[in-house]
Amino acid sequence: MSDAVKLSVRNLERVFGEGGSSVTALRDVNLEVRESEFVMIVGPSGCGKTTLINIIGGLDRQTSGEVLLDGKPIDGPGADRGMVFQGYSLFPWLTVRKNVEFGLRMKNVPPKEREEAAMRYIQLVGLEGFEDALPKQLSGGMKQRVAIARTLANEPEVLLMDEPFGALDAQTRVVMQELLAGIRRRTSATILFITHDIDEAVLLGDRVYVMSRRPGTVRDVLDVEIPGERGHNSLVLPEFLEVKKRIMDMLWKESSDAAMDR
Amino acid sequence: MSTLEYASSGSVGVIGKEAGLPETGMKIELNGPAAAGKTVNRKSGGEASGTQKRLLSLLCFALIIGFWCAASYGHWVQEVFLPTPTAVLSRIVSMAKDGSLFAHCRESIARVMVGWIWSVIVALPMGMLMANSKRFSAFVQPIIEFARYLPVVALVPLTLLYLGIAESQKYTIIFLGTFFQLVLMVCDTVSEVDSNMINAARTLGAGRFQVYKSVIFPAALPGLMDDFRLTIGWAWTYLVVAEMVAASNGLGFMILRSQRYLATDTIFAGLILIGLIGLVTDWIFRILSRIVAPWQERLGDRK
Repeated sequence: MSDAVKLSVRNLERVFGEGGSSVTALRDVNLEVRESEFVMIVGPSGCGKTTLINIIGGLDRQTSGEVLLDGKPIDGPGADRGMVFQGYSLFPWLTVRKNVEFGLRMKNVPPKEREEAAMRYIQLVGLEGFEDALPKQLSGGMKQRVAIARTLANEPEVLLMDEPFGALDAQTRVVMQELLAGIRRRTSATILFITHDIDEAVLLGDRVYVMSRRPGTVRDVLDVEIPGERGHNSLVLPEFLEVKKRIMDMLWKESSDAAMDR
Repeated sequence: MSTLEYASSGSVGVIGKEAGLPETGMKIELNGPAAAGKTVNRKSGGEASGTQKRLLSLLCFALIIGFWCAASYGHWVQEVFLPTPTAVLSRIVSMAKDGSLFAHCRESIARVMVGWIWSVIVALPMGMLMANSKRFSAFVQPIIEFARYLPVVALVPLTLLYLGIAESQKYTIIFLGTFFQLVLMVCDTVSEVDSNMINAARTLGAGRFQVYKSVIFPAALPGLMDDFRLTIGWAWTYLVVAEMVAASNGLGFMILRSQRYLATDTIFAGLILIGLIGLVTDWIFRILSRIVAPWQERLGDRK
């Protein structure tokens, strides 16, 4: 793993609305993602995590502060920052293969090359045999596999994931988490992943940023060092539980402070 | 789950489909991810199998025809007001033989198509633009809202004054009758395209034009087909208006002229033909929808 900083967010602030009725969603957010690193952001509902990832993805604009990719400020959405959303967002009129090819088609990659790349990524997410299926024929987990393959086929510099497994049932979620951990080992992709699920954050992340309630800001950063391959077995390791407990304490203090304020 | 919700793409507020105008059939919201549980079905009523439905539809027609037979053959009503089914049928046959039937239908269908196609050509890009540009929407929406409340019949004198009794006058009436409705329907349908899908396309590197061409248009297509189907129905209404005022052929003219000669059999023949053409058009559009959007999740897809 190299130490080069891939993505950095500096003093980011996002205020919705103006004047008296304005709401500060994010305040003074600072974070870094290094090359090939898997970084998690965990925080309670309403802490502005989705706002943050949308700003990084270029789908929303910050009020102040900056987002740098390879040292250059980002400008709007782009193929260099691939996103995977909770709601899959597949194109229902395209087959699995055509969905995966979409980004390459936008870049005018020749059809043959496009198809080869698509097949490679379809295999990577374990969907061989479903190339010609339509999204409506797939289960939620399979749809999210397509969405991941579609984003990876574009070979983004950073993969941004906004609670991608939030809509899946518990078993499917674990399968998808293991799949993602496996993909990450094989492709050394740089990933920034948002979740409200502490287990998920500790299970997948090299580092975990813990965010506070609104106005959202980074509360703490924890390194996660769990021996062996990450998988459902990691969930009971003492190293795992240790980090999990620290995050839980932090978030619990958060919510009790918030309750006191009321 | 996800936290702050906000409109990241400038979507225009959804404009309700025309109140007061009949919205037939069902409309299933597109691309609602199963997770968000967005699949909405506006069709009312309980479960009924396909054959059951077809039988019920036929039964309704049979009842009306039965009543008609009883009233006409049974001389409940004078023949000059209500002709017998046989009289109407033989009138249709004789008009088909002398070619006038075909000529009237051809004229009417041509007028509907020209007027309506013009309306689609202008309304489609305008509606798409309105849905995606707040500025353009602010610019044109008030005048469209104003214009669509003007009864087309009230505009007939002006069209006659400006265009005389030329074919263009009929096209104009049909255009005016459908355009203002259609443009709002297109805007509405396009606004309903899942903004997450647009966001996904943009983060996959699609430019503005590519988003229109490769995402918004295909995603809105099934809804647009519904809009087209509804407006072509209205186009027939306005056609008859146009043909009753100033025309020398067409089904509307045929009906109006028959009134003068008390030829109720011809009036009935005209009405039946207009209804049949409507049914066929509707059916063609349904088939077309299935052809252009076979991917659409329809009710009853999963057994």
